[in-house]
Amino acid sequence: MDEELERDEKVFLLGEEVAQYDGAYKVSRGLWKKYGDKRIIDTPISEMGFAGIAVGAAMAGLRPICEFMTFNFSMQAIDQVINSAAKTYYMSAGLQPVPIVFRGPNGASAGVAAQHSQCFAAWYGHCPGLKVVSPWNSEDAKGLIKSAIRDNNPVVMLENELMYGVAFELPEAAQSKDFLVPIGKAKIERPGTHITVVSHSRPVGHCLEAATVLSKEGIECEVINMRTIRPMDIETIEASVMKTNHLVTVEGGWPQFGVGAEISARIMEGPAFNYLDAPAVRVTGADVPMPYAKILEDNSVPQVKDIIFAIKKALNI
Amino acid sequence: MRKMLAAVSRVLLGAAQKPASRVLVASRNFANDATFEIKKCDLHRLEEGPPETTVLTREDGLRYYRMMQTVRRMELKADQLYKQKIIRGFCHLCDGQEACCVGLEAGINPTDHLITAYRAHGFTFTRGLTVREILAELTGRRGGCAKGKGGSMHMYAKNFYGGNGIVGAQVPLGAGIALACKYNGKDEVCLTLYGDGAANQGQIFEAYNMAALWKLPCIFICENNRYGMGTSVERAAASTDYYKRGDFIPGLRVDGMDILCVREATKFAAAHCRAGKGPILMELQTYRYHGHSMSDPGVSYRTREEIQEVRSKSDPIMLLTDRMVNNDLASVEELKEIDVEVRKEIEDAAQFATADPEPPLEELGYHIYSSDPPFEVRGANQWIKFKSIS
Repeated sequence: MDEELERDEKVFLLGEEVAQYDGAYKVSRGLWKKYGDKRIIDTPISEMGFAGIAVGAAMAGLRPICEFMTFNFSMQAIDQVINSAAKTYYMSAGLQPVPIVFRGPNGASAGVAAQHSQCFAAWYGHCPGLKVVSPWNSEDAKGLIKSAIRDNNPVVMLENELMYGVAFELPEAAQSKDFLVPIGKAKIERPGTHITVVSHSRPVGHCLEAATVLSKEGIECEVINMRTIRPMDIETIEASVMKTNHLVTVEGGWPQFGVGAEISARIMEGPAFNYLDAPAVRVTGADVPMPYAKILEDNSVPQVKDIIFAIKKALNI
Repeated sequence: MRKMLAAVSRVLLGAAQKPASRVLVASRNFANDATFEIKKCDLHRLEEGPPETTVLTREDGLRYYRMMQTVRRMELKADQLYKQKIIRGFCHLCDGQEACCVGLEAGINPTDHLITAYRAHGFTFTRGLTVREILAELTGRRGGCAKGKGGSMHMYAKNFYGGNGIVGAQVPLGAGIALACKYNGKDEVCLTLYGDGAANQGQIFEAYNMAALWKLPCIFICENNRYGMGTSVERAAASTDYYKRGDFIPGLRVDGMDILCVREATKFAAAHCRAGKGPILMELQTYRYHGHSMSDPGVSYRTREEIQEVRSKSDPIMLLTDRMVNNDLASVEELKEIDVEVRKEIEDAAQFATADPEPPLEELGYHIYSSDPPFEVRGANQWIKFKSIS
């Protein structure tokens, strides 16, 4: 964000605690000190209001980054995201672009219970006019936020609170000020031959762990990091399934009408269907509001063992 | 008398000739301008309000007349087209409220910004679009200002941000546009309109708070036409003093049927914002002759007598006409001549709007994203694909 704020003076950040508090999760640390009140704006607790203000500013030619402290609170403002931002370019037949980024942590955290743990990938991914991205590691986070800010469309960036504290090695190329991860392109994190495992956000890490365990048993998983929910890179998934003949999808959100459901439907509609040796299998969050007690919470999100189990089921092992 | 006959015959001749040429009523000498008293505005947290007298020039008067008459006739034509089923869906008309859209425009610059809700055809015109492209958008044709993609509630122009369908959502948007004005440092203001119904939306109070906190150059304008759909203000609001609802934001209550009152109040409000004093709130007391929309006859929650009384006593076009004619700023014939021209303009526009073809089916998927390479959009089934171009 710092690099993009420096690069283009129309970019600014607003949200609760983004300025003087350095960000609720310290994501915007140091930015207010560097850029001041004009570019880094603390808002009152008024999601619908400040999301609307951000969209209006984007309509008038600025490039706002609107932070939701978590995407759970975006529900207060969802009308502004969908009706004011996402649909406007279409309704105006191309006269009125809305170059805005909505970002913040999404999905389950740890012990924050039902109202603070929902995953919004499926909800936002449903809507034409929006782009929705979901980074897993540091390279994703950096490259996607830069692409999102430079994109002239409304982009929803679904981050993950538990990933904020995880360190990754950043490759040389990713350290450049112009490093971008293209929106709409998935990445094969680990090539494999026996089964395609598709995921987004934090569960990508769990899939890689599962792949490491299974590798010892002679099962080579191809792990795909979606990076973008919408527009979905189904081609990369199809090409992989046509090679491996098996598919498991993994997500943190609820199963019904989720990301895995969409992938499964699209695989059935495309060339990869005829290459499937078994039905696609979905690993998801449990179909309950997130419970608080640790044992319950742990079993409400996909664990590595659940992914391994699903992979073996798909492979009929 | 002879002069009048000469003038009348010139008008009639004029009507039969090329419509675009103005027949000069050359033998009359009109006043260049006249001074009028206007109603004092009720004030909230303001020591002083807009001036109580104003000067109207002949030129401005004729322009305002023409514009109000155009909006009036355009809305009536839309009514007609709707009843003929050539316009479908939502159609919210603003006849009766012409002094608001024309008066507001008269008080600001084209470089200022304006956003409103769905009763937007009048503003779409005053912000610079033609009747032709507005009517063609209502009829859903390719010549419409949004190529038929938006319809009645989604028309856009330079510095005009619609046309918004969700009640109240446009108010934070307007505050955001005002933020951009302040950010860019160009002394521009944003007129952010909403109705008496929308005035009870929570997000409006969120916008008031942030606009005041950050001193945004936002003029909040409540177009109070006494009814939110079928609900009168008394049944919807614990306080119907809409100009005070901004609480810490100064406010004024304006006679929205008097275009000069609206103009002066707007100038006053704009000056307040441009001076860096932060937001201000204007309540325009106005009235709509039509029901809420074309599906509402508009007489189940109010009496025909009430509507008729407003028409006969407070019609904005009539008020301006009387002022101009009684003060030597224009003649009745001259204004009738303008009526003829306006009628022709509307008729031509309606012809176009009826004859123009619908947008091509191939363009159904266009304008999903801005500035992107073409891609495919799914249709009703997996085999139907539409190309999407930015």
